[in-house]
Amino acid sequence: MSRRDRTPKTYTRLTHPLVRDSRDEPFRRATWDEALDRAARGLGSARGAFGLFSCARATNEMNYVAQKFARVVMGTNNVDSCNRTCHAPSVAGLSAAFGSGGGTSSYAEVEHTDLVVMWGSNARFAHPIFFQHVLKGIRNGARMYAVDPRRTSTAEWAESWLGLNVGTDIPMAHAIGREIIHAGLENRAFVERATSGFEEYRQLVEPWTLSLAEKVTGVPAAAIRELAHAYARAERAQLCWTLGITEHHNGTDNVRALINLSLLTGHVGRFGSGLQPLRGQNNVQGGGDMGAIPNRLPGFQDILDPDTRRKFESAWDTVIQPHYGLNLTEMFEAMEEGSLRAVYCIGENPAQSEADSEQAVRRMRALDFLVVQDIFLTRTAELADVVLPATAGWAETEGTTTNSERRVQRVRAAVTPPGEAREDIDILCDLASRLGHDWKYADSEAVWNELRSVSPDHYGMTYERLAEHQGLQWPCPATDRVEPTYLHGRLWASDPGERGRRAPFGIVAHDPPVDLTDEEYPIRLTTGRRLDSYNTGVQSGGFASPLRRGEYVELCPEDAERYGVAVGEEVRVSSRRGSVLAPVWVDTALRPGLAFMTMHFPDEVDTNQLTIEANCPIAGTAEFKASAIRIDKLPVALQVR
Amino acid sequence: MTVTPLGIPRRLLEFTLDGEPVRAPEGSTILDACRSAGKDIPTLCQGDTLTPKNACRVCVVEVAGARTLVPACSRTAEAGMEVLTDTERARHSRKVVLELLASSVDLSTTPGVAGWLKEYEAKPDRFGPDAARLNEEPRVDNDLYVRDYDKCILCYKCVDACGDQWQNTFAISVAGRGFDARIAVEHDAPLTDSACVYCGNCIEVCPTGALSFKSEFDMRAAGTWDESAQSETTTVCAYCGVGCNLTLHVQDNEIVKVTSPHDNPVTHGNLCIKGRFGYQHVQNRD
Amino acid sequence: MDLHFGDSKPTDEERAAVDALLGPPESSWEGADRSDADLRWARGGREARERRDLLLPGLHAVNDRIGWISEGALGYLCRRLTVPPAEAYGVATFYAMFSVRPRPSTVLHVCTDLACAAAGAPELCAGVEARLGPGSGVSVERSPCLGLCERAPAALAVRAGDPVRTAVSAPATVAAAVLAATAPDSAPVEPPAAAAVPQAGRDGLVLLSRVGVVDPSSLDDYRAHGGYTALRRAFAIGAAGVIREVTESGLVGRGGAAFPTGRKWQATASQPDRTHYLVCNADESEPGTFKDRVLMEGDPYALVEAMTVAGFAVGARQGYLYLRGEYPRALARLEHALGQARARGLLGDDILGQGYSFDIEIRRGAGAYICGEETALFNSIEGHRGEPRSKPPFPVEKGLFGRPTAENNVETLVNVLPVLTMGAQAYAAVGTGASTGPKLFCVSGSVDRPGVYELPFGATLGELLELAGVREGLRAVLLGGAAGGFVRPDELDIPLTFEGTREAGATLGSGVVLAFDGTVPLPRLLLRIAEFFRDESCGQCVPCRVGTVRQEEALHRIAERRGAAAEPDIALLREVGRTMKDASICGLGQTAWNAVESAIDRLGAYE
Repeated sequence: MSRRDRTPKTYTRLTHPLVRDSRDEPFRRATWDEALDRAARGLGSARGAFGLFSCARATNEMNYVAQKFARVVMGTNNVDSCNRTCHAPSVAGLSAAFGSGGGTSSYAEVEHTDLVVMWGSNARFAHPIFFQHVLKGIRNGARMYAVDPRRTSTAEWAESWLGLNVGTDIPMAHAIGREIIHAGLENRAFVERATSGFEEYRQLVEPWTLSLAEKVTGVPAAAIRELAHAYARAERAQLCWTLGITEHHNGTDNVRALINLSLLTGHVGRFGSGLQPLRGQNNVQGGGDMGAIPNRLPGFQDILDPDTRRKFESAWDTVIQPHYGLNLTEMFEAMEEGSLRAVYCIGENPAQSEADSEQAVRRMRALDFLVVQDIFLTRTAELADVVLPATAGWAETEGTTTNSERRVQRVRAAVTPPGEAREDIDILCDLASRLGHDWKYADSEAVWNELRSVSPDHYGMTYERLAEHQGLQWPCPATDRVEPTYLHGRLWASDPGERGRRAPFGIVAHDPPVDLTDEEYPIRLTTGRRLDSYNTGVQSGGFASPLRRGEYVELCPEDAERYGVAVGEEVRVSSRRGSVLAPVWVDTALRPGLAFMTMHFPDEVDTNQLTIEANCPIAGTAEFKASAIRIDKLPVALQVR
Repeated sequence: MTVTPLGIPRRLLEFTLDGEPVRAPEGSTILDACRSAGKDIPTLCQGDTLTPKNACRVCVVEVAGARTLVPACSRTAEAGMEVLTDTERARHSRKVVLELLASSVDLSTTPGVAGWLKEYEAKPDRFGPDAARLNEEPRVDNDLYVRDYDKCILCYKCVDACGDQWQNTFAISVAGRGFDARIAVEHDAPLTDSACVYCGNCIEVCPTGALSFKSEFDMRAAGTWDESAQSETTTVCAYCGVGCNLTLHVQDNEIVKVTSPHDNPVTHGNLCIKGRFGYQHVQNRD
Repeated sequence: MDLHFGDSKPTDEERAAVDALLGPPESSWEGADRSDADLRWARGGREARERRDLLLPGLHAVNDRIGWISEGALGYLCRRLTVPPAEAYGVATFYAMFSVRPRPSTVLHVCTDLACAAAGAPELCAGVEARLGPGSGVSVERSPCLGLCERAPAALAVRAGDPVRTAVSAPATVAAAVLAATAPDSAPVEPPAAAAVPQAGRDGLVLLSRVGVVDPSSLDDYRAHGGYTALRRAFAIGAAGVIREVTESGLVGRGGAAFPTGRKWQATASQPDRTHYLVCNADESEPGTFKDRVLMEGDPYALVEAMTVAGFAVGARQGYLYLRGEYPRALARLEHALGQARARGLLGDDILGQGYSFDIEIRRGAGAYICGEETALFNSIEGHRGEPRSKPPFPVEKGLFGRPTAENNVETLVNVLPVLTMGAQAYAAVGTGASTGPKLFCVSGSVDRPGVYELPFGATLGELLELAGVREGLRAVLLGGAAGGFVRPDELDIPLTFEGTREAGATLGSGVVLAFDGTVPLPRLLLRIAEFFRDESCGQCVPCRVGTVRQEEALHRIAERRGAAAEPDIALLREVGRTMKDASICGLGQTAWNAVESAIDRLGAYE
């Protein structure tokens, strides 16, 4: 087997602002003043047709200031971030059920639970340290079940791995729900006291017999039955998922289908029992919490609520649009329509991270004005009119981020940023002042304290306490106590008033992936992460991982044989949208008709040229996990390289 | 319904430590009690995130009635126990253990050991110039970290951290027996042919510098490694949503090493390959 | 578990060896061909991880069939058992009998230990090595004591294949050893076990009464000679009654530590954790010891019955017999005996219709003295490296698989039969007040009639040596083996009791009595003892791992020195020895200096 040297592109840091006088010209170095003036001019003339891409990797403080910039300076709720491409369905699903978009449990609870379900999650690779908590749980006696089309490293730890067809999570969940009900294992007391819509749910899942589910999911009925019984009979159970659930055209429905199981069995709102969506970026939770999403104000407070709006209007001395803004997906659609003309993109790389990336690039090229603020000259930055060099959030900036267990933790500057790179908040404030809003923040703590004053869930988290406790989880309404590690304990309260709003069952139907396989595109391509790489590889490409071997299209041994291709051989991978060349890797964790790729090496193999922009109508997340592809052996002449 | 376990209060045991009565929570080790009482006992294989292996035997103390000395790091305190930490007998064993180690292993990067050698008047040279040593060459088979088994005291901490106590990757084990025992991957292959996932959690627990970051190894070789010139700043990793705390060790505005606080509720001192080694991109400055 | 396997594949032969032990793989994840069903549902988790204890049997299966353990074979075994390859490699390299490098299919183990060294092992080795060089198809390996001291010098040939063939040559000549190695099937048959018992057939023997009298393969013959009366009595008096009898008999462990057996059983039986185990320690590896081998070869059913009684007493349903890997004949006899006992309902469910279920599994050691340490033995059975655990917790509380476990030596267990058939009082009347019952002694070296002797406790060393026909020119007697100590020829009145030897500053240990005349210089013997401990140290703790090396180096330096010239190194030895004794984890390190110390202090070895 040949291991070709395919070192990924290494990005060097941006050290000074770049501008260009027309799109045909190359970038030239500019002073901060010139760059900011240009940016302010470009954005200022696009009021009403403006969108802001905030950064799920930057601090809470930066996200707070960024959304405030969109809402106050630009007068729009068109602010979103890349949480759209991953966990927006989790937030949407959880808030629909419980009124709050965070995972309900904490990592430590996984160590003390009896059963863990890892659904559509290869946490062993994607969230290695979370998986250490799972392993502690397993060593403490917990049983783990894995539901995943591939037999991943995570699945190899499971008591039982269920290898379902891509996009059949709802049939699987419904069949589990039906089996629990038919076996009389539902938690009657919880269902009656704390949920609503059970009868409708019962009817919804009734057709999903084990044998029908076996037909649709491909997983033996006995395996589904075993998981159903194990989950329902466990005294404590954790249901964890990642992008295998959310990156579908019906991602929010998938999330609701899983939440239903927790409602049916009472596995939520107790220590050790809960729901954990595992977040992909360091601050994808915090970005949303800070209001860098089109429908929520800081503290996850609904824009449509007039009292909330009033509170912020008085705090910010502004008028907040009384409707939701456009999410990332909708902003791209608005670019197509021409109603969105200028974008301020902070720390995102949609030119490579969006599904159907060619389309995304085309749309951004058509903008009147694009400002990109980043630490590297990414593919997206290459499209910009003005490029502003920023600091690296995690190593060069003071602030906080919020992790998957809702823990707000301090981020601290350890190194001096290169050249003229500046902190995001300073840049935002300078731009705001050029656009008529003179904001003064002495430091990140000042921003944080402003946030605390408007977000009750964060009020109790002073910087001092965050340092003292090594982070605090929200909600944290008081400065003198710490809340339980899990959410929604109220559902178990004996007093109906205290119990609050009942959690509704999600009435969601199975809807197979949009990109159907057929004779022309017979293989289902699914995507995911590798252990040593991250997203589009801009950061993770910077270190010499001995594990990295570049991008491959991974096939099962049977398919490799069928197509007559060998490990390392370059093939053409085509979908209905595009095609790329990629070498073959053979992985026994796959089965015939199922292929796997990542998006870690877009400069080399742009996987997202293959994926489909079929979006979840509720959350806007694209169906990265299911495209139909074809593998073509290259003509002999092309094989030399 | 279940409730949040608050932890049942542990009962206190009374025993004597060097003649002084002390109280310690049930389950405490003698070492715990010594440290609470401000007594310093040398340790090498003991680690705050690991179950004591008590292999190095440098922490031995005398317990009245016990036939042999006992390892303070792992022996739990019992009510009525009489512990003597500083007797001639205990000091003798500590001294000889230090001599045995120092005469066979390169302890030049083991923190604290120079002081103990002096304190116990250890003379490793007295075993003569022909005393067998490990005689291992550093193994540099990847760009992230170096295994210099000439510095290995076989404390098993890396094996435990890689194994069921934390990482559960089981890339390494002790192979061979006796003085020839070495930490090795299967078939003593290079790390790159092993199960290693380069989390570096073995480096985190290595007490002697046998395992080190390639960056540290290279800087030491070049004579530029200077811990006194390094700052340590704890921040949060940016590679996924788990929120691992990273302590960045910075020298001359370059990140040279990454660790994680051992008492951190998210990491317990552990990281993955991206968190531990994926910092280079911020300092690709030109 | 997400294990990593290299590209090496097992050969058909290797796969067959593993499958013969474990059965065919159930899924492609375990190594079978890929099926559609496998790609939809895989089982694993706890159940898969709990098969670790089959690792050592698996390594034996491959080593027995192929002669060594290749990467492919190890990988396949790991896949079958869900064991990380690095750990399996660590285990495989722990044992002297395994090789992870290719070697000839036949290995000839030539004993170079004390008794054999005194009987010409160096010459034998040199001769054999000259005849069986590279290309001979035989690998000659110098071995620690093979437990054949009564027929020194000894050699054991093992030829890999299906089945594995073995041949013992003892007393060995170069020609006989070469024949055993090159044609194990046509090597002369070993003399019967009784040949190692000079007293065989005599009246008054208790432990050895059946050796040479009964057919060791016949359960009926065993029963015709009083077999299974003890078990019947045990059922009659109940588990508590058995423990009371054993306690009152004053029986203490014969493996060397002399711990009261009744107390051990009581402590195990009373543990609230309800899965209890009984383990028989038959890893007889102390240089100079061979009594357990003789018992197992000559009277195997006695051990089976005794283990059943012990299991009943401590509340175990499963017993493990950990047998030294170098005892092929004992293995065959015991395997046969277990099969017979099962066939007759004396093992398995509802033994003797009493509702008690018990079975015994044999686990073979693979060449590691340290596995005779009780907790190292647990680790070895569990599929880990045979490294001792730190105590507490003691085995009676957390032993095999973390469960309460009673572990007894073969001789100890066999003593339980007369305790029950004679009654505690009658048994306790034998021997002295503090050391009750009969005792087996392994006499070898400079005697005319080496072998296993049974004497009541209290006989003197001189009486025993007299019985064995001690030769002229006695220079020293090693009591208790390599972990014991030397006594002088003028100390033959030492009573052979635990208290008597202790008073004399010696130790009875496992009953080794090795007599030396002046033909081998004492410093050479001491060096051999030091080499033994260096080779057999597991390497876990510093005092033993490095201390045994430093001890050997010092003894090497002074091998030819005397008096003042040896003095500095003797001082060094004392310091290191004291630390090994005080600070080592287990008995191996703690006793590794005993014999040398006694030779210096008692015999004036370097004066």
